[in-house]
Amino acid sequence: MATPAVTLSLAPPRKRWGETVIRGVLALCALVSVATTLGIVAALFIPAFEFFQTVNFVDFITGTKWAPLFLQKSFGVVPLIVGTLSVTFWACLVAIPLGLGAAIYLSEYARPRVRKTLKPALELLAGIPTVVYGYFALTFVTPLLRDIGIQVSVFNALAAGLVMGVMILPTVASLSEDAMTAVPRDLRDGAYALGSSKLQVSTRIVVPAAVSGIVAAFVLGISRAIGETMIVLLAAGQQPNLAFDPRQAVETMSAFIAATGAGDVPTGSIEYKTIFAVGATLFAMTLVVNAVAIRLVRKYREAYE
Amino acid sequence: MVTMSNREAEPVTIVGVDTLDLAERDRSMPPPETGEVVFEVSDLTVSYSEVPALKDVSLKVYKNFVTAFIGPSGCGKSTFIRCFNRMNDLIPTAEVKGTVLYHGADLYGPQVDAVEVRKRIGMVFQKPNPFPKSIFDNVAFGPRVLGMTDDLDDRVERALNQAALWDEVKDRMKASALSLSGGQQQRLCIARCLAVEPDVLLMDEPASALDPIATTRIEDLMHDLKRHYTIVIVTHNMQQAARIADMTAFFSVDVSDGHRSGVLVEYDTTPKIFTQPSDKRTEDYVTGRFG
Amino acid sequence: MSSASPEVRLAGGRRGSTWRGRVFYALLLLSLAVGFLTLGTLIVDVFRKGIQYVDGVLLMNPPSSDPAIAGARPAILATLYLGVLIIAFTVPIGVGTAIYLEEYADKNRWYNRLLELNIQNLAAVPSIVYGILGLAFLVRGLGLGRVVLAGALILTLLVLPTVIIAAREAIRAVPGSIREGAYALGATQWQVVSRQVVPAALPGIATGSILALSRAIGETAPLILIGALTYISFNPTLLGPFTALPVQIYNWTKLPNAEFKGLAAAAIIILLAMILLLNAGAIWLRNRYEKKW
Repeated sequence: MATPAVTLSLAPPRKRWGETVIRGVLALCALVSVATTLGIVAALFIPAFEFFQTVNFVDFITGTKWAPLFLQKSFGVVPLIVGTLSVTFWACLVAIPLGLGAAIYLSEYARPRVRKTLKPALELLAGIPTVVYGYFALTFVTPLLRDIGIQVSVFNALAAGLVMGVMILPTVASLSEDAMTAVPRDLRDGAYALGSSKLQVSTRIVVPAAVSGIVAAFVLGISRAIGETMIVLLAAGQQPNLAFDPRQAVETMSAFIAATGAGDVPTGSIEYKTIFAVGATLFAMTLVVNAVAIRLVRKYREAYE
Repeated sequence: MVTMSNREAEPVTIVGVDTLDLAERDRSMPPPETGEVVFEVSDLTVSYSEVPALKDVSLKVYKNFVTAFIGPSGCGKSTFIRCFNRMNDLIPTAEVKGTVLYHGADLYGPQVDAVEVRKRIGMVFQKPNPFPKSIFDNVAFGPRVLGMTDDLDDRVERALNQAALWDEVKDRMKASALSLSGGQQQRLCIARCLAVEPDVLLMDEPASALDPIATTRIEDLMHDLKRHYTIVIVTHNMQQAARIADMTAFFSVDVSDGHRSGVLVEYDTTPKIFTQPSDKRTEDYVTGRFG
Repeated sequence: MSSASPEVRLAGGRRGSTWRGRVFYALLLLSLAVGFLTLGTLIVDVFRKGIQYVDGVLLMNPPSSDPAIAGARPAILATLYLGVLIIAFTVPIGVGTAIYLEEYADKNRWYNRLLELNIQNLAAVPSIVYGILGLAFLVRGLGLGRVVLAGALILTLLVLPTVIIAAREAIRAVPGSIREGAYALGATQWQVVSRQVVPAALPGIATGSILALSRAIGETAPLILIGALTYISFNPTLLGPFTALPVQIYNWTKLPNAEFKGLAAAAIIILLAMILLLNAGAIWLRNRYEKKW
């Protein structure tokens, strides 16, 4: 309250260097995520690069026989890619229509209270560890498929794919539902006022308006399916068959990495480096898919927010 | 363009303004030029992303006076008052040109620390913003962060007393501040400012979010507070300015250079502004012809 | 109204009077039902197969080739240790990153936007890739070996993006008026952040961290890659070999013996119970403490 008569010093009593230190510490925390990415890239691509000095890249990408651990080595990665895509295909066959259906229901049909209970319940599905889903696929779904007449072998892509579909269903449903609820009320109201039914409004107004968010949801679901390990490790098998028939066993990229990495391959050997070569391929695939998804999410967010 | 006293203008009448009271105050108030200058503003221009929101403002704020900024919305009053405690620093796109002297020291000088500025110049906002903590912790926050922790309980009690809130909350100091009514919350925010013993109190439309009874209590409070503090208040309510302010500055919007910028039109004692404004724009505003 | 007005039919079905509308609605419900039905079947199936094995033997014994005396004690302990370590690592780093991005970083700078993009990307990287990272750097690179600490570090990196995103949302939800009020009283930036923003955002941060933890303890692939596969019969220590509960489940499921599959189911029950507990805790926290601004 009393003011000094002469010069008023508005400088701090001592320079606030503590604030600078804190800012530095926080920036360092942020750098952990940068280091992680750099680490992943280095961990994958340096050994992969070394691998491709020995093994021809074209042979790798186009070869159809995968036998890196046998005496007669063969490094064609196509069976692994096909295995991954085969399981992903069945997973998407389940997750995309059902996920979208669940999303439409939650967004357009369900009463708010029902929605409030069902949405977290759906998240529960996403919270089940994948090893549990793998167990379920192996010990319940495969015998079930046999019981209903589908002649699957003990390890098969179908059981793994179906269960994986249920696993990624919440992802697809949740993101699609977010995209649909972001569509402004006015668009729906306009259609309802013209006498449209709920079916028409949902399918002809809301879904098209939310399409970039919905496609983003699909794409993210695909990305998860491609990278998923435990379900396929337990239920799809470890035979790198180049087979589109889902009743046979297949080996996915992730399953190969897990099985080989856990084993006793000597560090630095060519077999060891296959882990990284396949890992780099897998990472590249998911990177592309994720980039597409992120761009789509941004597009739909920009449209309405 | 600022005009002071001299020009003989037609007296005006405004609804809701007690001209007798104003005349009384005109007689009893010491002439402002004799008072101590707390703020001296010269050619202040504030721009957001290069667009000027406030242009070439110059005025002086006097000690222990209540100085009100009035004017239509969008004329930069809030922008202006936020220059006095460097709150515009928090807006990345804001640029301040010109000088603001506080007791002779340049508020925007190179060595000046905004934290030190805000220790001495407190601010109360339009919408009461109590922290989601207890009543005690709200008032104690300022002293605690500024290291004034001796006799904390006494400080808190004194501040709440000065804000005319102590009797209402003394039995529930641990209760959440959010459980208070709007008017009580605003008085709590005032107490929060007073707890750090500032020199100046800036109030940006402090009663606009409150009901009339709460508003009256805040206005009564300001009468008491101005004995110890210098108060600057932004208000869109002319009658309020007429009731409580000693000096009034009228701002308006100028569109001459293609942008809507605020300019200071007239700054004078309150009785003068409301009974014999020198500028036509001021007269139009206070008589309700526009704005 | 004229009494001779034509009859106006306004009656219709509940969700669309056409059969198409009703079929559509039924299909939608079916979509939802399949997911929940599968969840229900899974839980019932696991329970039926495993509940008989949930006993003291399971909890107290080490694994063995004899299913009658095999237990999961080392695995359960390791999972608990991992849980504690993961929380200890992710919360400071994750909240620190979130504070940096929300309160300190200039959002117009390219490097800060890249940082955000990087975190979004990391959240979508498959968990097995994190395992490769661990294998290359921690286990064989740094020479840490196949130890609990390595497992904790890798799982930390895996769930860090999730914690960062949750913390950012919680911090963003704190209204600007609180910050303004604090700044106006003369608080420094760190004082505003540490004494007002973070305490107000704490419920959201805690909920997000617990949910991230519940995801981390169910992760198997990264742990398999960094060697949590070996047959462990002794209790785990920070720098010793280990196996965790999900890995134990995987090991037992692989074995042909049906009894081991039953033990696997029992271990699944334990794991699901842990996850359920964590999720319930998070939801309780959210409902009790979350501030509605």
